[in-house]
Amino acid sequence: MIRLDLQKKGYGGVPVLGPMQLHVGRGEVLGLSGASGAGKTTLLRILAGLDTRFEGTLEVRGRRAMVFQNPTLMPWRRVIDNVTLPTSATEAQARAILARVGLEGVEDHWPGQISVGQARRVGLARAFVTKPDLLLMDEPFASLDGARVEDLLELTAALIAETNAAVVIASHSAAELDALATRFARVDGRPARLLQDDRVRAGS
Amino acid sequence: MMRAGVIIQGHERERIGRRPKRVASRRPDLPVALASLIALVLVWAGGAWLLNDPRLAPGPQIVFPTLWEALISGQLWPDLSATLIRVLAAFTLAMGIGAALGVALGASERLDRWFGPWLTVALNVPALVTIVLCYLWIGLNEWAAIAAVAVNKIPMVAVMLREGMIARDPDLSDMARLYRMGRVARLRHILIPQLAPQIMAAARAGLALIWKIVLVVEFLGRSNGIGFRIHLDFQMFDIAGVLANALAFVAVMLVVEWAIVAPLARRAARWRQR
Repeated sequence: MIRLDLQKKGYGGVPVLGPMQLHVGRGEVLGLSGASGAGKTTLLRILAGLDTRFEGTLEVRGRRAMVFQNPTLMPWRRVIDNVTLPTSATEAQARAILARVGLEGVEDHWPGQISVGQARRVGLARAFVTKPDLLLMDEPFASLDGARVEDLLELTAALIAETNAAVVIASHSAAELDALATRFARVDGRPARLLQDDRVRAGS
Repeated sequence: MMRAGVIIQGHERERIGRRPKRVASRRPDLPVALASLIALVLVWAGGAWLLNDPRLAPGPQIVFPTLWEALISGQLWPDLSATLIRVLAAFTLAMGIGAALGVALGASERLDRWFGPWLTVALNVPALVTIVLCYLWIGLNEWAAIAAVAVNKIPMVAVMLREGMIARDPDLSDMARLYRMGRVARLRHILIPQLAPQIMAAARAGLALIWKIVLVVEFLGRSNGIGFRIHLDFQMFDIAGVLANALAFVAVMLVVEWAIVAPLARRAARWRQR
């Protein structure tokens, strides 16, 4: 569960995000759309607790996990350690989730030896192994080609269905959001407001 | 099933993070290194033969026996170990303090704005000035000698580590914060691996610089060590002795490089293999 009541978020006196309220409950998947630079990542970083310099209140219950825009793996640690070290998951749990995301056999590879698609799967494994109550995903399918996005979308949908977490996914792709989200919102304007109702449903 | 707007092609080959550099994991070829050193000795021998002045330009056939005699007579060992201990003490001190300073300056922009210029000043104080001042202020003792060497090296370590801190990947710090990695885990798995190239470079450059300054410090104010021996040889106009002493310590430092520093560097770069 997450509740944000944001009055203002600015960078160096310039307001970027305007007044907005956001509430995402358990089992809900909020699809966040908006043009590049509209403030999607800024909003996600606030929700993740990574950016606390804003006016307003943020209420989060439970464990947070995030899938970053870049896979953000430690290149000096093997794939399996990239799952266990940040999350304190056991090796068995990590092996199980890596197998679940289709990475059986690459557990002992270095991140530099795997493809972008595989690295994104490691990022998913790292997020889901924590059994998060709040999951944030920032452009989780960026820089992948069509077929791979299809595979990863299916996998992500299945993983989300198993968690019952509150999920926020930011993406510029209407198709991706359509495939995963149960609710939609759009970040728009300057300073950005949050438009949320069925009319902003990205695909229609 | 095709969806509109999700086709981004040709990026699959793109790799993650900084591209591994091949140079970093270059292995030393021992036979070639040995042959290269033998060639160097031959060039030296040829030069000495051409100059034909054994007193001013002694060749290896004079210097090596001098070195061998000093080694088997046991006269060289106390000086060699005295110098080595000073090098290690000054090195440890300089790396520790320099790294702490560099990390602090790299982490805080405000700190860097205020104290960065001090670092530039410190970087440009001549080694001789620090040595003389340390001897005058602290006295002609071991502490002054080690402090003088360390003070000379600290700014360089600090500058290198500061650059490493500035080049850090902010995404990794975010990831560590989000997943609430502990302090020790962050240091061990996020910070130190990112600074490893700078730490290794500072250590290598540091060892080379430090032992040279240690010799000057010994020359000016100690009564043992390779620098002190060279002082004696200087007064006796014994050029073969100067070269033999220098050679002994160069050999020690080569062993340190090959046996300790190079394997450590290889270990730190092991993830760059493809």
